[in-house]
Amino acid sequence: MTAFAPIDCDIHPSIPGLVALLPHMEEHWREIVQLRGIDELNSISYPARSPLTARPDWRPKTGKPAATLEQIQRECLDPFGSALAICHCLYGVQLLFSEDMAAAFARAVNNWVAKELLDREPRLRASIVVPTQNVELAVDEIERCARDPRFVQVLLLASGDQPLGKRVYWPIYAAAERHRLAIGIHAGSNYHNPPTASGWPTYYTEDYTAQAQAFQTQLTSLICEGVFNRYPELMVVLLESGWTWLPAHLWRLTKYWRGLRMEIPWVDRAPSDIVRSNVRLSLQPTDGPPDSAGLQRVIEHLQSDELLLFSTDYPHWQFEGTNALPPGLPQSLVRKIMVDNPRATYARLLEPVQ
Amino acid sequence: MNVQLRSDPAVSAASRVAIADCDIHPATRGAADLHPWLSQSVREQLETFGQRRRLGMEAGPAYPKSQPNASRRDALPPEGGRQGSSLSFMQAQHLDPNNVVLGILNPLNSGQGLANPELSAAVCRAVNEWQVAEWTGKDRRLKASVVVPYDHAEASAAEIRHWAGHPDFVQVLFLSRTAEPLGNRRYWPIYEAAAEAGLPVSVHAFGYGGAPITSTGWPSYYIEEMTGHAQSCQAGLTSMLVEGIFERFPRLRVVMVEAGFAWAPSLAWRLDKTWRTLRAETPHLKQAPSEYMRQHVWWTTQPMEEPETREHLLDTIGWMGWDRLLFATDYPHWDFDDPAHVLPLRITEAQRSSFFLNNARALYGVDA
Repeated sequence: MTAFAPIDCDIHPSIPGLVALLPHMEEHWREIVQLRGIDELNSISYPARSPLTARPDWRPKTGKPAATLEQIQRECLDPFGSALAICHCLYGVQLLFSEDMAAAFARAVNNWVAKELLDREPRLRASIVVPTQNVELAVDEIERCARDPRFVQVLLLASGDQPLGKRVYWPIYAAAERHRLAIGIHAGSNYHNPPTASGWPTYYTEDYTAQAQAFQTQLTSLICEGVFNRYPELMVVLLESGWTWLPAHLWRLTKYWRGLRMEIPWVDRAPSDIVRSNVRLSLQPTDGPPDSAGLQRVIEHLQSDELLLFSTDYPHWQFEGTNALPPGLPQSLVRKIMVDNPRATYARLLEPVQ
Repeated sequence: MNVQLRSDPAVSAASRVAIADCDIHPATRGAADLHPWLSQSVREQLETFGQRRRLGMEAGPAYPKSQPNASRRDALPPEGGRQGSSLSFMQAQHLDPNNVVLGILNPLNSGQGLANPELSAAVCRAVNEWQVAEWTGKDRRLKASVVVPYDHAEASAAEIRHWAGHPDFVQVLFLSRTAEPLGNRRYWPIYEAAAEAGLPVSVHAFGYGGAPITSTGWPSYYIEEMTGHAQSCQAGLTSMLVEGIFERFPRLRVVMVEAGFAWAPSLAWRLDKTWRTLRAETPHLKQAPSEYMRQHVWWTTQPMEEPETREHLLDTIGWMGWDRLLFATDYPHWDFDDPAHVLPLRITEAQRSSFFLNNARALYGVDA
């Protein structure tokens, strides 16, 4: 690694199990979990034994990867020398169909994160898990957690019931902007819609690949619906999105915006400009060409050194050792990716946590 | 990409280099144009109950187009009829002045994606007959696509075998939004028949598979639908690659039509990276997905991506290979790419001629 202590913008602590959440739940929901025999909320987005879900050296003999603070410290915070790391709990809260149950589980997850991780490790920050099933309840949860400055972002999934630019979601963006929280959109789906425009694919390989297309359509939606015109201070971070698709997508979207802007007259700037001011992307996975000269061409196509945020995506298997940074990047860009860009993106990282 | 109003449509063809246009949309003047090839019963069913695609609107899109029939305002034939319905006007407005020596016809709204298998097959057959009678038989520069009722594989394979060997048909046409992902086994009999007939399978953006165009539901705007074709085509191509259809049908060639192309390198890198990590799931793949892509897949150019720094596109084409691209205008649609302005880049003569003509000649085996 380098001399900079990075800010790791995407790590995934595992909820050890539903049992671990019970103490953080209201009594009614504790009872419901037991009465109805509710199963673990594990999503097919990351099958437990899939190689991508946990790197071999981060896969414990027993228990889940990244399920204890000690694992996270030993495998992630210490070896990468991170100054801070932002936790994204991928527990299937968003998949539930009951709005109230989703809200109860979201509260439990956020309580667990605060108590088991944030209280015990000053280098950790977290995103607020919200029940996107009901926007009013999602806003309630943002308001509740926003009092804790260690929550720096609101977590949404790349695929849900409706495109994220839709007006129904705007109260979430208003709350985020009000509290200087970023909106983090992470790979994954609630699987309420088929993962492709032609239905359900056969293989997990296709599902994971398709995450990049989900991000592309969400970016289109956020821009075309005018989210950034209404909330100009809002920062949206695409997490585990891959990012090498961004230039080609913006070339296409900006071309269509020129031809079709009469349909969305409120979009008064080119989509490529909007992305430069309001959208950021986490570094891993880097789906790049095999040679570092090629990767530098892709970075030049981004036409900005402010878009990428350092991430390990721990414990997902995206690279070997501590080589989270692709080789051959200029030192000035390395510093931007590791430190300056995350600090500029997450307003709350600069605030005192006491 | 916007409406082109030529002040001088009679620009000398001789002054322009010969090109192939691999995406031209011929239209009927009305339903009656197909009647010579439709039975009385099929006509009655269509007239009484409609086409019944997996779409809510009986006719016309729920995302209204940006202009009538999504077509150039200057493309209305002087003798009447909708844009693209007059061969003589297409010749005068497009084929002659742009010196199109090879034009590939991709008829849309042609019976594909209808829920009723018999109706779908009957209309597709009629459209194929119509292409020969009204277009390729009258202008030797034009070549036809075998329009197939793709969600009904048996009927599709039969349609391909019916036309196999006919010199006017140079490819098999799919729309991209099939009922299931394109690599799914239900479509394999179609690929088998296409490979057997030596015809490339072209996948044209659009369609009515019933699923929302995004993995997160229906967006609000036409611009989102149009932009979204690139994503749905990426997913379709992913399915073809990961299901292993090129391993199963090594002679199969696929053309992605009207979805742009600049997304291809990034998709290839992502597929390779993901496949390397997850390859235990796909033991039927003998090489990296990008290698199948490099050997078996072509792209038509329109709507061609336009980077702020135009030279960036040279990197993209370099990653794909100059032999992969087939120039297309999308005539008579509004987002027509003009061959005179589409490639303002310093490139070699060899690159220019493969882009505009030679790749198409080689793929389609046409000596135009």
